[in-house]
Amino acid sequence: MDKLSFENHIASRYDEELEQIFSQLMAMGGKVEQQVQLAVKAILDSDSNIAERVIQGDKDVDRMEIRIDEDCVLVIARRQPTASDLRLVISVTRAVADLERIGDEAEKIAKHALELIEHGPLMSGYTVVSQLGVSVTAMLHNALDAFARFDADAAMRTIDEDKQVDQEYKAALSELDTLMASEPALLKQYLNLVWIVRSLERIGDHAKNLCEQIVFVAKGKDIRHQ
Amino acid sequence: MPDMKVNEKHVTVGKQFHDDPRMTMRNVNVFYGEKQAIHDVSIDIGKNEVMAMIGPSGCGKSTFLRSLNRMNDTVEGCRVEGEICMDGESLYNTKLDVVELRARVGMVFQKPNPFPKSIYENVAYGAKIHGLADSRIDLDEIVENSLNKAGLWKEVKDRLHQPGTGLSGGQQQRLCIARAIAVTPEVILMDEPCSALDPIATARIEELIKELSENFTIAIVTHSMQQAARVSDRTAYFHLGQLIEVNPTEQVFTMPEHELTEGYITGRFG
Ligand SMILES: Nc1ncnc2c1ncn2[C@@H]1O[C@H](COP(=O)(O)OP(=O)(O)OP(=O)(O)O)[C@@H](O)[C@H]1O
Ligand SMILES: [Mg+2]
Repeated sequence: MDKLSFENHIASRYDEELEQIFSQLMAMGGKVEQQVQLAVKAILDSDSNIAERVIQGDKDVDRMEIRIDEDCVLVIARRQPTASDLRLVISVTRAVADLERIGDEAEKIAKHALELIEHGPLMSGYTVVSQLGVSVTAMLHNALDAFARFDADAAMRTIDEDKQVDQEYKAALSELDTLMASEPALLKQYLNLVWIVRSLERIGDHAKNLCEQIVFVAKGKDIRHQ
Repeated sequence: MPDMKVNEKHVTVGKQFHDDPRMTMRNVNVFYGEKQAIHDVSIDIGKNEVMAMIGPSGCGKSTFLRSLNRMNDTVEGCRVEGEICMDGESLYNTKLDVVELRARVGMVFQKPNPFPKSIYENVAYGAKIHGLADSRIDLDEIVENSLNKAGLWKEVKDRLHQPGTGLSGGQQQRLCIARAIAVTPEVILMDEPCSALDPIATARIEELIKELSENFTIAIVTHSMQQAARVSDRTAYFHLGQLIEVNPTEQVFTMPEHELTEGYITGRFG
């Protein structure tokens, strides 16, 4: 896909600037993916150390966002990117915002995990979280993978996965509903789980947004809200 | 992806034609002696359209632009083939009065070139020789109107009889635009009109181009991508004498159709 390489600018520093922005985006993606995995692990293992690590880690995510955004502003000011370069820089600024929001959701999950641990873990309800966690982390992974290769087809396939995630989310909510009705005394804990599955579903939505940006970069088409 | 190679039978990609054309060019070839500088170019320029022409140095932008008002006639050894029409009428018709043609298709050059005369005379000159004014009062009005449209009136109204060459570069360029407008052209050709100007003077001219397009058809050659992006409705990309792509400007700068266009506007090696 040579059309989307950063290379061959007559100003070779420009190649480096774009390369730099993109590799930072990939690093941020990797960090955020890890945050989500750890947050899910913190609930399933009732591990408060991991939950704390996720909460701490979100500060790194925020720093990465600001750094990448600054670099995008600079490259726009310096180079006035056009065509594929312009689409790349714009998509990075949008993707960074989604990654940051995913980071926030991971942090929320971690906070709910801590509350759950404090209240005393539940006996049931984890299966739905685990299942949704697997689907959402896979979706996020696929989105980042497609971004790394500007693979619009893979992005479209990943967008489709969001339907599955939404179904699993609905199923999880109704399952948690039933559990809450049968064990009203554990309402607080179950509400933690409700918030957690809600965050996972939101992460799926953000992963979908990332995929839309891949299509924008590769094809020049804005497929948001379609 | 359209074919990348520049070859004899290449096809221009995009939207080179227009529903309501002012000028229609078909299969235009331009030669300097044996050397062919423009190869088989077909394009329309619409009424009230601003058409930007971009491309690497030496690709033939000026050559093509000059053939639109027969300025190439004055170039030794230059030959123009094909069809160049304004409002359906061929410009290369032998009966056509070339002086009148140059009034209908005015030109503004890279370097401001006011006559060594007063500001007033610079603008009035064309109107006088084309018999557009019956009286001094008419002429005064034409001068004021043209300077106004060129955004220069306020700055020069108290010094109309001082030499045009005493103005700043940006003012001189606006004076040349006023001079072109004074003879009520239909089309204004501009060849890198801002390359000698600072950003403020450039912004003024760009603003002016937008306003002028309400009444005139404009073709502008520019080396500034940003300028083309700001002022034009469509952009034409030339490469080695061929017209590679014509498309709405917003498309050319976000999602060009041809790889050669992409390479040029993103500043990559060809
Ligand atoms: N009077 C001339 N006699 C012979 N060849 C010429 C003449 N004018 C231009 N050429 C040649 O025709 C080709 C196109 O030149 P032209 O000036 O139209 O290019 P251009 O796109 O306007 O370039 P630039 O961006 O540098 O102004 C070039 O190869 C040039 O050397
Ligand atoms: Mg030129």
